[in-house]
Amino acid sequence: MLTKRIIPCLDIKDGRTVKGVNFENIRDAGDPIVLAIEYSKQGADELVFLDISATNEKRKTLSEVVNRIAKNINIPFTVGGGISSVEDVYEILNSGADKVSVNTSAFKNPSLINDLAKRYGSQCVVVAIDTKFENDDWYVYLNGGKVKTEKKAADWAKEVVGLGAGEILLTSMNNDGTKNGFANDITRAISESVTVPIIASGGAGTMEHFKDVFVTGKADAALAASVFHFKEIEIPTLKKYLNEQKITIRL
Amino acid sequence: MKVAIVKYNSGNSCSVAFALERIGISALITSEIDEIKTADKIIFPGVGEASSAMKFLRDQKLDKVIVGLKQPVLGICLGMQLLCEKSEEGNTDCLGIFKQRVLKFSEENKVPQIGWNTISNLKSPILKNVKEMEYMYFVHGYYAEKSVDTIASTNYGLEYSSALQKDNFYGVQFHPEKSSDAGQKILENFITL
Repeated sequence: MLTKRIIPCLDIKDGRTVKGVNFENIRDAGDPIVLAIEYSKQGADELVFLDISATNEKRKTLSEVVNRIAKNINIPFTVGGGISSVEDVYEILNSGADKVSVNTSAFKNPSLINDLAKRYGSQCVVVAIDTKFENDDWYVYLNGGKVKTEKKAADWAKEVVGLGAGEILLTSMNNDGTKNGFANDITRAISESVTVPIIASGGAGTMEHFKDVFVTGKADAALAASVFHFKEIEIPTLKKYLNEQKITIRL
Repeated sequence: MKVAIVKYNSGNSCSVAFALERIGISALITSEIDEIKTADKIIFPGVGEASSAMKFLRDQKLDKVIVGLKQPVLGICLGMQLLCEKSEEGNTDCLGIFKQRVLKFSEENKVPQIGWNTISNLKSPILKNVKEMEYMYFVHGYYAEKSVDTIASTNYGLEYSSALQKDNFYGVQFHPEKSSDAGQKILENFITL
């Protein structure tokens, strides 16, 4: 049986790992390569790297980091952050990434999703959706959570799948950094309305939260950062717990 | 030993090359016909779409070269599917080493299948020392039917071929280069065939 996946996320800035709380107040949590090797040894099913740097050297630095990661780990990984063209994607995949995630650029230019799916196949196109609950609904936010749109997350999710997205990385801004659990309601609503896998993100604080997002939220994968980086939850312990809770997991 | 990784228009050839480096093999990534013909082992990787990949192979005259190879050939993911008869993806005629069709998963399950799933009923030297129900990493929306050439099966709504072998041709639907230590074992087995 296909297992649920546990995915540590590493935010990268200028080649270093960082993690923001509610997308702000960035704290340093180590070297990306060291963390990547450590997580793959611990039994992480996949890794996600989000590049949040904004310098002119960004692209070159990122390619180098991606290349070093690819040489050193034997599990799949996704790279995202500021990817806006087919050429950007070529460079990242060519450096050894398995998938790319696109967010703001895909919202502003939805045909990018279609172009990427045609060129590289849907399986390597992850569309990241940052969403926030306000006025009784979940809305899409852009630019790392800074810019609100009038688009509902559930509608955007359906659109991106229609355009060829192979997976959706759904981050609840309300939950992110709170450690109070994932946004199970919107995760479930989207998971049940589209055919592609959903990676839930934002809010992991305890092992029960992971169980809840798989059982109640119907997520296919769960992503977290600080609970792993600061060793509040160890992946082998988490996987053993999930297995005991009858969730299909790779041990 | 000379190991060639067939380079074509889409693909994750460098991931495979890195995985080989980790087991001490320096592979050549190439679409040169002579380099491929003279290699001891050939890996035919793939991430991409069937019809555009086949078009590229035909344009480069690599289709006939691959079919004519006598040394061990390992197709990975799309590479394995292209070694089959026909793919529903883009309604594509493929290389026809394995006689089954490649069909789209029904959307009763999430498609593509992404993640770790088990392989069972293992029977081939390439799967030596790999345990029954070992987890491998899969990413695919299409699957190869079962046949006499099936050497490993996986269940995703239905049983399908997660590995195939016919004579010197081997194929794996999963990504050994991304399947942790068990995947690395399969690459080692292939290299030492």
